[in-house]
Amino acid sequence: MTKDECRKLVIDIISDIAPDEDLTTVKPEVRLRDQLQLDSMDFLDIVMELRKRHGIEVPEADYTQLASLDSCADYLTPKFQAKA
Amino acid sequence: MKDSHYDAAIIGAGMSGLAAGIRLAHFGKKVCIFERHNAPGGLNSFYSLAGRKFDVGLHAMTNYVPPGVKGTPLGKLLRQLRIEREEFALCPQKRSRIAFRDCDLKFTNDFAVLDAEVVAKFPAQADGWRALVQLVRTYDDVSLDAKTVSAREVVARHITDPLLTDMLFCPVMYYGSAQERDMEFGQFVIMFKALFLEGFARPLDGVRVIIRVLLEKFRQAGGERRMKCGVAGIVEEQGMVAVLKLDDGTEVTADHVISSVGFPETMRLCQPEHRAEAEANTGALSFVETISVYKKAPAAWGWGDDTIIFFNDSERFDYSRAQELVDPRSGVICFPNNFDYAGAQLPEGLFRVTCLANYAKWTALPEPEYQTAKAHWMGEMQRSARRFLPQVSDATLTADLVTTDMFTPRTIRKFTGHLNGAIYGAPRKVRDGRTHLSNLYLCGTDQGFLGIIGAMLSGISMANYHILQKSGT
Repeated sequence: MTKDECRKLVIDIISDIAPDEDLTTVKPEVRLRDQLQLDSMDFLDIVMELRKRHGIEVPEADYTQLASLDSCADYLTPKFQAKA
Repeated sequence: MKDSHYDAAIIGAGMSGLAAGIRLAHFGKKVCIFERHNAPGGLNSFYSLAGRKFDVGLHAMTNYVPPGVKGTPLGKLLRQLRIEREEFALCPQKRSRIAFRDCDLKFTNDFAVLDAEVVAKFPAQADGWRALVQLVRTYDDVSLDAKTVSAREVVARHITDPLLTDMLFCPVMYYGSAQERDMEFGQFVIMFKALFLEGFARPLDGVRVIIRVLLEKFRQAGGERRMKCGVAGIVEEQGMVAVLKLDDGTEVTADHVISSVGFPETMRLCQPEHRAEAEANTGALSFVETISVYKKAPAAWGWGDDTIIFFNDSERFDYSRAQELVDPRSGVICFPNNFDYAGAQLPEGLFRVTCLANYAKWTALPEPEYQTAKAHWMGEMQRSARRFLPQVSDATLTADLVTTDMFTPRTIRKFTGHLNGAIYGAPRKVRDGRTHLSNLYLCGTDQGFLGIIGAMLSGISMANYHILQKSGT
């Protein structure tokens, strides 16, 4: 799993949670909240879908690590690699 | 030996129970919904009579916003339940009115229309009105731990004209208040947004479209549903639900139980029963509704512009338990034909009128008198409502009439289980859904998000808050 692949997985999840958002122009270094209309319910769903689809656990204390696509990749890629 | 064990058991297959079920099943919980009736939908269901399908409850779905508007309850609900907007096939209203004896306020799904009406007809109240709207827009109405504030008190700080005050409270109360004469300000805000800042819509085929979507999502997610199998008892042990006793005599267990049947109704299911708590928070407001079916659409008589009309002719609008069988002074008219169905139309004309009613008086009537009272009030309610519509002769309406039906507080009690036939449930809502048992939560009407979108969001919020957010591996 590369960081690029990880970013793509997160984008896939967001596109299922929020199909009404345009994800083609999302800047990976900018906070997701600042470019998309995502609320706390949506962030909970990102966490829940990571668990459901990939068996990845994100403890509540680490939710801030999911702020942008880049921070998601930094945080999640080692978790995916550890599972592989 | 128990028959089954579930991660979560849900009591009631109404909008809130189904929504909670979809969330839990989607995230892999073993979940079962127990429903006493053979039809799902609860307070918002439908029935067939002589080959015709009638909606109950739903006049219009509130909280409608056009595609592209984000951050409102409708959008949140669609995302949370993974529903495509098109699946609900919502058609927006044409126009609605608040019609009082000497004043009329029109509103549409464009808030600017109501804003202009208020400013034009109550110029001295314009500043207060704008300040109230600003407060409503910024108020955190979905907070699960908000403190209780009287809506009358808050509104009075901004609006001083009693007529305007009553005209604003009339629709907001009729579409969701379980409390007489006043309501909690958070509830007022939820309804104000749902009715005025957002708006009305309806699928051409009515509420069954929405129920069908929910059932299908629940099934796809792997949820189990047991119809004609209600929960007859919630057995407590050491501060928790130990066992659920079902109507058919069997028992099931569950880690979590979500009850959508109402606060006092849930307290009375508990074993031992919590009768005192139930009695201290049981609603008193019930309603009666007449439905007339005509050969022609209402537009044929010049009734084609209004979708919903909230009417009142008393000096002060009095939202309280009816003293007689029915209080015809105020009410709600609904013309399901008058939505913008983009060229399509319902096969017949429908005229519905809803008024406040007295549960005790209706249930005390022996059968022959019950039928006589229904016939009498059918006429009286229509007469009262027609004062607020362009004039049409009795002869014209009678000539086009196909059939009528009517539901009373007795019908409501029978089909929803709500004590006192109280559609909007208990006067004091339980926002966080907690009960005296650590694994029993409330959702739906008595959790306090109102309307059918509110009901679904209630199920979602309670499933998220009490179960999904807490279950790590």
